[in-house]
Amino acid sequence: MSLRVDGLTVYYQSLRGDVKAVDGATFDVADGEIMGLAGESGCGKSTLGKGLIRLDARMRYVGGRVELDGHELPIADDARMNQYRLKEVSLIPQYALSALNPTRKIGRMATDLLHARGVDPHTVLPELRRRLQLVGLSEDVLDRYPMELSGGMKQRVVMVLSSVLDPSLLIADEVTSALDVSTQKAVARLLVEFRDRGFVKSIIVITHDLSVLAQIADTVMVMYAGKLAEKASTHAIVGAPQHPYTSMLLAALPEVGVRFADRRLAGIPGRPPSLLNPPAGCRFRERCPFAEARCAHEPPFVEVGPGQQAACWKVPAC
Amino acid sequence: MRRYLIRKVAIYALTFWVAVTVDWAIPRFMPGDPVDRLISRMQAQPSSEHALNSYYTNAFGFDVPLWKQYVNFWAALFHGDLGVSIANFPTPVWDLIRGALPYTLALLVPAIVLAFWAGNKVGAMAARRKALDNTVLPVGYLLTATPQMWLGMLLVFVFATTLAWLPVSGAYDLSLQPAWTLEFARSFLQHWILPFLALFLVAFGGWAIGMRNMIIYELEADYSNYLAALGAPTKLVRKYAYRNALLPQITGLALALGSVVAGAIVVEIVFSYPGLGTLILNSIENRDYFVLQGVFLFLIVGVLIANLIIDIAYVFIDPRTRIGMEGGA
Amino acid sequence: MAVTAKQELRVQAGPRPSARRSEFLYFALRNWKFVAGATVVLAMLALALIGPALISTPPLAFTGPTDSPPSSEYWFGTTSFGQDVFAQFVWGLRAAFLVGALGGGIAWVIGAAVGFTAGYRGGLVDDVLNMLTNVVLVIPTIAILIIVAAYLNLHSYAAEAVLIGATSWPWAARAVRAQTFSLKTRDFVDIARLSGRTTRGIITREIAPNMSSYLLMMWILLFGGAILIGASLDFLGLGPATQVSLGQMMNSAYSSSALLLGFWWWFVPPGIGIILIVGGLYVMNVGLDEVFNPKLREL
Repeated sequence: MSLRVDGLTVYYQSLRGDVKAVDGATFDVADGEIMGLAGESGCGKSTLGKGLIRLDARMRYVGGRVELDGHELPIADDARMNQYRLKEVSLIPQYALSALNPTRKIGRMATDLLHARGVDPHTVLPELRRRLQLVGLSEDVLDRYPMELSGGMKQRVVMVLSSVLDPSLLIADEVTSALDVSTQKAVARLLVEFRDRGFVKSIIVITHDLSVLAQIADTVMVMYAGKLAEKASTHAIVGAPQHPYTSMLLAALPEVGVRFADRRLAGIPGRPPSLLNPPAGCRFRERCPFAEARCAHEPPFVEVGPGQQAACWKVPAC
Repeated sequence: MRRYLIRKVAIYALTFWVAVTVDWAIPRFMPGDPVDRLISRMQAQPSSEHALNSYYTNAFGFDVPLWKQYVNFWAALFHGDLGVSIANFPTPVWDLIRGALPYTLALLVPAIVLAFWAGNKVGAMAARRKALDNTVLPVGYLLTATPQMWLGMLLVFVFATTLAWLPVSGAYDLSLQPAWTLEFARSFLQHWILPFLALFLVAFGGWAIGMRNMIIYELEADYSNYLAALGAPTKLVRKYAYRNALLPQITGLALALGSVVAGAIVVEIVFSYPGLGTLILNSIENRDYFVLQGVFLFLIVGVLIANLIIDIAYVFIDPRTRIGMEGGA
Repeated sequence: MAVTAKQELRVQAGPRPSARRSEFLYFALRNWKFVAGATVVLAMLALALIGPALISTPPLAFTGPTDSPPSSEYWFGTTSFGQDVFAQFVWGLRAAFLVGALGGGIAWVIGAAVGFTAGYRGGLVDDVLNMLTNVVLVIPTIAILIIVAAYLNLHSYAAEAVLIGATSWPWAARAVRAQTFSLKTRDFVDIARLSGRTTRGIITREIAPNMSSYLLMMWILLFGGAILIGASLDFLGLGPATQVSLGQMMNSAYSSSALLLGFWWWFVPPGIGIILIVGGLYVMNVGLDEVFNPKLREL
């Protein structure tokens, strides 16, 4: 599978105007690739992820084109998009822990959903049960109500359900954020396993936690204030980040074994700009230690090395 | 589960006891002597007043100590003896109630059931279409702010007095006797429709608005968003939302019973409908304390039982409460 | 917890009290439902306050011709006894507001007190208060009201309001208790407790302000409900005998066969008055809900 996104722009409508959550995102995801999508809170990564599958009531499609496996995804048209959901593109939502109908047995909800999507549940149930066991859940989870399961169990149920029809693209939105560290590891490993076993072709993992991405992602794309900052292989991002924001983000991560007395954590002073009226030019300008005059013009997101793209005047394009 | 039921029944039993005691106590601690009242209305000879007084005081059991009156009251209660009407002496209170009850039920039960069903359906539909919503909402709020007796009066004025399409009062044409005949049924329905509407419309407004708000809440819930993200058709999402929204509505039904009963009482009065409401009004005017006591006991027990039934049914309907009680995760 | 670009949409209310108040006013005045409802209610209130002062004839006085329809002299016509219906109407409005505000207020105080205490304390206190609430809740209010009012012969609307307030608090107590439960576990309550605040202090300083919007809306509902219950009581002839209220007007009209004789001007205005006040309050409430809960605000 391949995903090509070109100039995707999605705004949020608010009483005070449009919040420019995603502004002109252009990137590719290759077949079998696990791409991490990282950034601060409010940078637009969730909006980007959600926009690829369903624009909710407050989101507004402004422009851009999304192509999945060669054909265009009609993301602006909710009705036409429906045939792709669950079957080609699927989502593990941020709110997975409350994503299941509390008054319906999980198995019944699954069969209701499959039935409504024109899929005979009986053809899918055996595989569903197998995958539940694969993720460490017993089959009788299908006979339970959501409130009988723990958070981690619900998370895994949602992961299995979302991928049961083997979609090409799986969007995992903050799937590890609400979990404890050991469960995080298990869930992250499961994502990789899903890809390795072919349950899904490619995954976009949205998180603010770079350390998780360092473990499972093939490539990482960093967003800042609605714009793409950098995209490269995980190895390159972690080892040789080009965009100043990426390097500062990495520097802000605590290192195992290093103590506060030895080295203070470096943060990034300042706050992200308001997306209601984002500043002209590079949006990271205010907080960037390398800002100069030409940063008043927005740097394009270009290739700066083999398989590496960044949007910064400081980094010479290839 | 059993503990829950036992607790519920215990609380209702306690409520019953409190209600009965209050019901019994008030007439005896209020100023004024009902026997004196009765006698003065009889306009008897002053010389025979004393004899009448002791006769009635004895007949009504006022001559024994209070605690004994209380005990006797409970004893009589368990025999189904609610006392004797002062105004309609010697008719037993129970007979008066038995005569009036069917008419009240004929108004209450259809009004509650239909208003709940129709109100919820319309409320759910309103949450779907903006155009419908813009009518249902204001109409609903107006209806639920309408005093039922006033709506009854308006209906009488328009349909009975002015247009003369329907009768003004009563439960059936006075020339007929209650019987299982088509003629009586027709007459009964003609007399029934306006008071029924007065009750139905106000309740309907309340349920419609309640459901509309609940559905909107459910449609914005995480599970609705998840289903939609996975491409579930709106029909499925709405079906789930409707079922989940019904649950708090059922709880609300239990809470609203008291006010529907109050509405029925005043509506019956407007239409002189021979139910418990008219009985109550007459008893108030005649200061017929025993009838009032009896009717209220009846109402209280009725509402209590209905509440208990709804409480128990709810446990079975909502899996969350059921699981919670069986000690789920 | 990850906060998204929706932060811009101000989902969470958290700024300082003065900012919060002005934010409230900003949105409240722009919400047409709130404004419309408030306008109607305030208009009726103005009529209730000023009307009786402007009208010289006492409402129960037999001043005019009997049974006359609305005219330029008698805006709402006269009753079968020759009383000025409009005069009765404005005096009735006053009684309605009194019963609503006082009755609703009393129910609010009791409900809040019981709810907060039960919700915050939990345990045995909660069990006892819960039982009390359940008992008062299930007993049909109208029954108790009729019994007591029939025996007590209420002398004033204030007394009627007290009676109504004392019997209509249970649902409010339940609602407050549920909210308190969920707030009780929040961090700021723990901090207050650790810094030695008394229970009463915690309830009034920490928990209640966080529920202030809910409490306000609750009072409005109780206000409306008290008016409706009061009207029913008055209609049954159980209100103060020598005074005028909207329910009493309807009672009077009904007993004088105004329905059959077609004297619509006698009983229609009081009902409309109630619908306007109570309906106005309910619509205000809807508007307030949208103001306080930004998710409901129309975009």
